[in-house]
Amino acid sequence: MFRFIVRRLLQMVVAFFGTTLIVYALMFAGQGDPIQALAGERPVTAAQRAYLTEKYHLDATGFGGFFYRYFDYLSNLLRGDLGESLTGRPIGEILANAWPVTIKLALIAIAVAVIFGVTAGVLAGIRRGSIFDNSTLLLTLLVLGIPTIVLAPLAQYLLGVKWQLFPATSGADPSFYALLLPGIVLGSLSLATALRLTRTSVAENLRADYVRTARSKGLPRRRVVTVHVLRNSLIPVITFLGVELGNLMSGAIITEGVFNIPGVGFNLFRAIRTEDGPLVVGIVSVLVVVYLVSNLVVDVLYAVLDPRIRYE
Amino acid sequence: MRVRRLAAWTALPLAVTLGLVACGSGGNGGSGESDPNAAVRIEIAEPQHLVPTNTNETSGSQVLSALFSPLVDYDEAHKPYEVAAESITSEDNTTWTVKLKDGYTFHNGEDVTADSYIDAWNYGAYAPNGQNSSYFFEKIAGFDDLQGETPKATTLSGLKKVDDHTFTVTLSQPYSEFKSILGYTAFYPLPKAAFSAPGVLAEGYEQAPIGQGPFKMKGTWQHDAKVEVERYDAFPGEQPKVAGVEFRIYQQLTAAYADVLSDNLDVIKTIPTENLSTAAVDLGDRFLQSPASSLHFLAFPTFQEEFSNPDVRKAISMAIDRDEITKSIFKDSQQPARSFVSPVVAGYRDNTVGAAGEFDPAKAKELYESAGGPSKITLSYNGDGGHKDWIDATCNQLKANLGVDCVGNAEPKFADLLTKVKAKQPVGLFRMGWIMDYPSMENYLGPLYSSNGSSNYYGYSNPEFDKLLAEGVSAPSEEEAIKKYQAAEDLLAQDMPVVPLRFGQNNFGHSTKVKNVEVDLFDRVDLVKIEVVK
Repeated sequence: MFRFIVRRLLQMVVAFFGTTLIVYALMFAGQGDPIQALAGERPVTAAQRAYLTEKYHLDATGFGGFFYRYFDYLSNLLRGDLGESLTGRPIGEILANAWPVTIKLALIAIAVAVIFGVTAGVLAGIRRGSIFDNSTLLLTLLVLGIPTIVLAPLAQYLLGVKWQLFPATSGADPSFYALLLPGIVLGSLSLATALRLTRTSVAENLRADYVRTARSKGLPRRRVVTVHVLRNSLIPVITFLGVELGNLMSGAIITEGVFNIPGVGFNLFRAIRTEDGPLVVGIVSVLVVVYLVSNLVVDVLYAVLDPRIRYE
Repeated sequence: MRVRRLAAWTALPLAVTLGLVACGSGGNGGSGESDPNAAVRIEIAEPQHLVPTNTNETSGSQVLSALFSPLVDYDEAHKPYEVAAESITSEDNTTWTVKLKDGYTFHNGEDVTADSYIDAWNYGAYAPNGQNSSYFFEKIAGFDDLQGETPKATTLSGLKKVDDHTFTVTLSQPYSEFKSILGYTAFYPLPKAAFSAPGVLAEGYEQAPIGQGPFKMKGTWQHDAKVEVERYDAFPGEQPKVAGVEFRIYQQLTAAYADVLSDNLDVIKTIPTENLSTAAVDLGDRFLQSPASSLHFLAFPTFQEEFSNPDVRKAISMAIDRDEITKSIFKDSQQPARSFVSPVVAGYRDNTVGAAGEFDPAKAKELYESAGGPSKITLSYNGDGGHKDWIDATCNQLKANLGVDCVGNAEPKFADLLTKVKAKQPVGLFRMGWIMDYPSMENYLGPLYSSNGSSNYYGYSNPEFDKLLAEGVSAPSEEEAIKKYQAAEDLLAQDMPVVPLRFGQNNFGHSTKVKNVEVDLFDRVDLVKIEVVK
């Protein structure tokens, strides 16, 4: 196991540099005129243009220019300096402010997905064909069918503005309660998927030979379900949730925007809109690490859940 | 978006009626007592910078308007009057003497002196500092010596201290409206504490700017979250009626709108487009409008053969039904435009476009055909600005009224559109907008229509126009300047380099907790007038 983790960590280093190179190249190739983008529709004076061009090496173009800027970026990165955004703020500081709230939000979303999704999935799997099963099927189809871009403003309007059960927006440094509504909205999609996965998996495992054996041994039904069925049914769900955690952290662009949470998605959205190359690369680099780590955790959890899985 | 407030308003009847209705009742707010110990919460976007000479967007200048008091402000007739200055005078329109009022102190206790202004302006004008608003100082003598990578000088030769509270500004050429410019954010003073060495801005100043205005910082700028300010009791000018302001930072206006609806936020300065049609119902008389300085127009690539004939340009203008588009697409959130400058500047006249501004499909078609206009028209716009609807509507009108083929062409961003236009690629007509820096006709005519105007991307050049404009700039008095400007504007009506379409408006709303909410020409809430309902 230890060797497996070390090997994976080494692979992560390679994957990290590979992805930053690709992201940097994409931003470089897709970059129009970041100075004009920053100024909006105002004319940019020649002096201001010269100042920013020099500061961010925007005049280094073409193949050589790309590698010049990329290695410049990398050498700073290795010294722990993520650089400055085009508005002159240190990217490290932006990320340090953005991450805590995004992590909180993602954890709430995952908790919602696990608590409601997995529980309801198990129940629906055990009582296949019941009213509960059918109604959850309908509900999850509905949730899966509504994109977040509709769901988030709708939930905000109904629960935040009309009935005022939750604050309409969370803002910076929000309380747990203020984050609850965006967390539920964000988690609802994962909830639906987790529920469907768990249900199918449980329903299938209930018919497996080892369950019949356990039953015929005279084990109580509760023990059969919680220990034998659940443990085996969770493998696909864990895979899904692990990948989903990465998604939730980066994919909260819409939710964070609607509920005004200045997290990672919020900053990524702004960075892309203003063509702020350094900021986009900085955020994406960290997201890559998040994905790699969550995948590693998933792989380790496999071994815990299913002792037959060995990595050596 | 820029400079200072214009309180009451007369030019646009609609705005006035709405404004008066609001002042009269204002939700539950109009009649109640106000609470001087409460703070208000105002929506802004994340400011790009909070250094006066580096701030040229709305959010930053809204915050700075709380922290600083300008030399001049503007009255109802858009004329500047002194605020932090005792007097601003000139005999020859070249050398201006600025005398400061006594009693102004910075929030750290420092006296506001002539040096506070001179140091700040020198810092702003010095090119290596890369300040966004440095071009505001270009009229001052010696500006050129501060440009380039290694400038010849570090200070403007045109700025001279007379005594502690008086200094003179020498311009490189006479300019009758210099006083008007001084209301802009770039001309605020900076305390000694802002500099760590002469000409070097202290690190961290921007995180908690020290000004001489009615409010001082409470804590530091919390990026992406908020900027909080509290009343500065030693402020010698008119004291605000609230204890403080929380400028809350939003990425999306729809989030701010939801907060106003649920009383979690007091003022939203711009109602999001998608909520405009329901705002009157959602907010009732808390939905307000006031004039803004923006002018929206379609520009002709006059360098292209097919658009070089003014009659073609006039025919296209005549074939567009401005009233219909502002009503059905913009839900009256903007006003139809038939002049080349905005109604918010002195010297504005209604309908200077003349016959070409009147919607007359039959005459338009006749004129278009006799002038030999092209059979296909392209309207280019930036796809990220919500322009598609009105561009398509305009295209449909041109198709129906001129019998031409018309297509809308979306460029991803405004910068992409500009790149193509600058390279003189055939993008057809393209949309543009202009927001003034200071209330003067010259601020529209110069950048937009003069041969070397900073925003003249359409290649319009009329030597006579340039001459009249230059004469206006150096005219001995403002009245004479305006006469020249108006004569220049009349030339535009003959040449039609652009089709003026709409004048902008501020469409704002507030919660039930505040009253007397006014948004000025530069999209800034008047922080001295606003009150919290008890």
